[in-house]
Amino acid sequence: MTDLVLARSLFGTTMGFHIIYASLGVGIPLMILLAELIFQKTKDPHYAIMAKRWTKAQAVLLGVAIPTGTIAGTQLALLWPGFMEVIGKVMSLPFQIEIYAFFIEALFMSIYVYAADRLSPAMRIITVIFVVIGAAASAILITNVHAFEGTPAGFQMVNGEITNIEPWKAFFNPSFVVTATHVVLSAFTTGAFVIASVAAFKMLKTRKNEKLYTFHRKALFLGLIVGGLFSFLTALNGHESAQLLYEYQPEKLAGAEGLFETQSHAPLAIGGFTDANTQEIKGAIEIPWALSFLAGNSFDTVVKGLNDFPRDEWPPLFIHTLFNGMVIIGSLLIFFAMLALFYRKILKRDHYPKWLLVLYLFGGPLSLLAIEFGWIFACTGRQPWVIYRMLKTSEVVTSSGSIGTLFILFAIVYLILGIATVIVLTYYFRKHSIEEDLRLTES
Amino acid sequence: MQMDVTTDALIAITILWGFVFIYAVMASMDFGAGFWSMIYMNKEQTKAANIANKYLSPTWEVTNVFIVAIVVALFSLFPGATFVLGTVLLIPGSIILLLLALRSGFLVFSHSLPKKYRKAVTYISGISGFIIPSILIMVLPITHGGFIFQENNVYSLDLGLVFTSANVYSFVGFAIFSTLFLSSLLLADFSNVANEDEAYNIYRRGALITGPLSLMMAFFIMLTLRSEANWLFTKMMQNIPILLVSLLMFLLAGLALFLPNSRFKHRKGRPRLAVIAITIQYFLASYVYGHAHLPYMAYPDITIMSGFTDPVTFRALFITYIVGFIILFPGFYFFWKLFMKDKRYIRQED
Ligand code: HDD
Ligand code: HEM
Ligand code: HEM
Repeated sequence: MTDLVLARSLFGTTMGFHIIYASLGVGIPLMILLAELIFQKTKDPHYAIMAKRWTKAQAVLLGVAIPTGTIAGTQLALLWPGFMEVIGKVMSLPFQIEIYAFFIEALFMSIYVYAADRLSPAMRIITVIFVVIGAAASAILITNVHAFEGTPAGFQMVNGEITNIEPWKAFFNPSFVVTATHVVLSAFTTGAFVIASVAAFKMLKTRKNEKLYTFHRKALFLGLIVGGLFSFLTALNGHESAQLLYEYQPEKLAGAEGLFETQSHAPLAIGGFTDANTQEIKGAIEIPWALSFLAGNSFDTVVKGLNDFPRDEWPPLFIHTLFNGMVIIGSLLIFFAMLALFYRKILKRDHYPKWLLVLYLFGGPLSLLAIEFGWIFACTGRQPWVIYRMLKTSEVVTSSGSIGTLFILFAIVYLILGIATVIVLTYYFRKHSIEEDLRLTES
Repeated sequence: MQMDVTTDALIAITILWGFVFIYAVMASMDFGAGFWSMIYMNKEQTKAANIANKYLSPTWEVTNVFIVAIVVALFSLFPGATFVLGTVLLIPGSIILLLLALRSGFLVFSHSLPKKYRKAVTYISGISGFIIPSILIMVLPITHGGFIFQENNVYSLDLGLVFTSANVYSFVGFAIFSTLFLSSLLLADFSNVANEDEAYNIYRRGALITGPLSLMMAFFIMLTLRSEANWLFTKMMQNIPILLVSLLMFLLAGLALFLPNSRFKHRKGRPRLAVIAITIQYFLASYVYGHAHLPYMAYPDITIMSGFTDPVTFRALFITYIVGFIILFPGFYFFWKLFMKDKRYIRQED
């Protein structure tokens, strides 16, 4: 394998690992905030216990989110020095501002975790609000760099020299708002569905114990409602993301939909595999005219096909599957939440059937999977460009070599940290049971 | 090569230097605290390990942000230098990252684990606590010249030379001892506030042992610098008065540990005074080092001008630095009050 492929694999693995913790680091603080707010309003101690337990889990997750993020940031400079040279000159503002967001997150998270008992309820809520703001801002700002890679703005390349730099124009590049919104909304979705998954798991195990079951049912319902709301918003905004692709990165959209010929009334392909030789999608369900409508809000919209682009600038064709995976999961999640509403508000059931809980068990893992799909789609679909139509990935990769060894070492460390997270979380929550927390609040 | 240094570039390098300085002090305390909590873990009767943990728990996250701040400041302010440093530091940089990841992860995990695993985990964070600074500091001698080679516009680092340089080893020795020294001092101060006699005595003794050792290592650095990077040595010597003041501060800190304690008659030493004196000492010494290093970022190829960012970008960044500082300052103050000053936290039993 070439150094380029190895560097991509290493960076992709780092990001794929970081994003699990990072998305939860954005989503779970929101759930903690909501639980704190509901507790202040209803004085139902269950919500105070939820906030406390989720905070503990979040503190453990941060132990991996932060070092892997540090790795990501440093690896950008170590693996793609040519890229960071351009970013340093043109697009360093978001990175710089992100540092302040990290500080806000780190300061207030430490305060919330280690000093909660010394804070008044109002200060506690303000502290969590700052944690949510800090985490969401980190996500927004780093995503901005990714948005810039797809829709660069604020500079010109003249004979390989960067000129006419306008840093704020680069900052407010065309896809910034839509992309950053998508990432934050999807992180909120994920945090909520992961909470719901854990609650569903516990409900399956505590069917006989009414008290515990009620506790978990509240957590499940909160998770599903919040998750449902945000997955709906994610889907709406995802539609806008797709329209941005149509406008700014047409070959990525064509790749995502396996469209070869430029046409109006283009069909939307769901499922199947793109075959470059026969220029068709095998085994897909096609919805006539739908793609044109999605891309430009009218059936006449002409969608560009891959054949309009030089072959060596095609994105890899498997992104079709990734895109499908994300969209299908997104639709499923909305459906999950509606089902819960139906059971609870229309049928007014206190107990959910077992099959439904088993379904909810998958909500969290599925939303994490959607995040992975979405990112790999977005980053891999940009290939061969690292900055769209400006700079190729092959031009910016490090010349140092020995990346293979590093790849193995990093993979081992991620594996250790991943396994350790699971062990530590299970051990801690087994030892500090909810019964104990309930007893503590009752006495 | 452009040699006239602009004010912008000077401000930029000062910002970067400021981050490095703050990180160096905070990280020394952080890594050292991890090390001491490992050493005293098995001594059930002393509170020394507890004190170390109490300092460590809330601060490591904030300390870590400073590493990121350094990396970001480096590539935003000096993208040209980042290109070279990023290329040549792939291996040492990756090793640091791997160790940091293991250390931070397990540091956090250790609070949630049963006693028997907690030990193993504390060893990981304790041992990495002195390996990381010794690799981190190698970046300094690497920038002094003689280790980076350029061929067909490709930069590479000769690791063989790095690991056989006496100068590099004196830096490493210095990193280890000054990490232990700074953290002992700070923890002595912390135990003084916490009113833990025994822990106080342990950390005071630690400082008395590691202090002279780190001073000795600093002398070794100068000695080897003279032969290995004479340009830097000569320029540092031009500031000898400041170096002497710095030495004086070191002696003052030593003296402070023998003065009568202002509040408790039976305790010897004024740790707060010692901490302040040592911080000033490090500040002065690293100022002299940094000043002599200019205009080179990596001798002799990269100066602060050749690696500097676009002036427009610099101005935009500079504004965010000011705004960011204004916004963050109250947060830092609040944090400091809650963890470093609030006796309810420091004296809390756990
Ligand atoms: C819970 C996660 C999740 C869910 C349910 C969805 N997405 Fe998404 N999507 C992401 C998580 C995500 C992401 C991981 O956050 C990405 C990767 C890069 C980015 O900006 O956001 C993304 C990227 C992304 C892109 C690519 C942007 C680019 O390449 O620049 C498009 C076009 C969509 N999404 C569209 C959708 C649509 C139409 C959805 C309909 C349901 C949808 N997403 C659901
Ligand atoms: C966190 C979720 C992310 C995941 C899972 C992810 C995934 C990936 C993958 C798989 C690659 C390799 C692409 C290939 O060669 O096929 C890659 C490359 C890359 N990504 Fe992302 N990415 C993420 C976020 C980001 C963000 C936020 C940025 C912007 C700072 C970014 C910038 C890059 C760069 C610079 C490369 C290397 C150059 C390239 O291959 O284009 N990524 N990423
Ligand atoms: C879009 C995908 C990403 C999201 C949603 C995200 C979000 C987060 C969050 C919530 C944290 C924890 C914040 C904290 O506690 O300080 C974090 C940490 C971090 N992330 Fe990411 N991140 C993403 C991608 C990246 C990328 C591509 C980089 C590298 C350029 C990066 C660099 C970092 C760093 C350096 C940290 C550690 C900060 C610290 O030391 O506290 N992240 N990220």
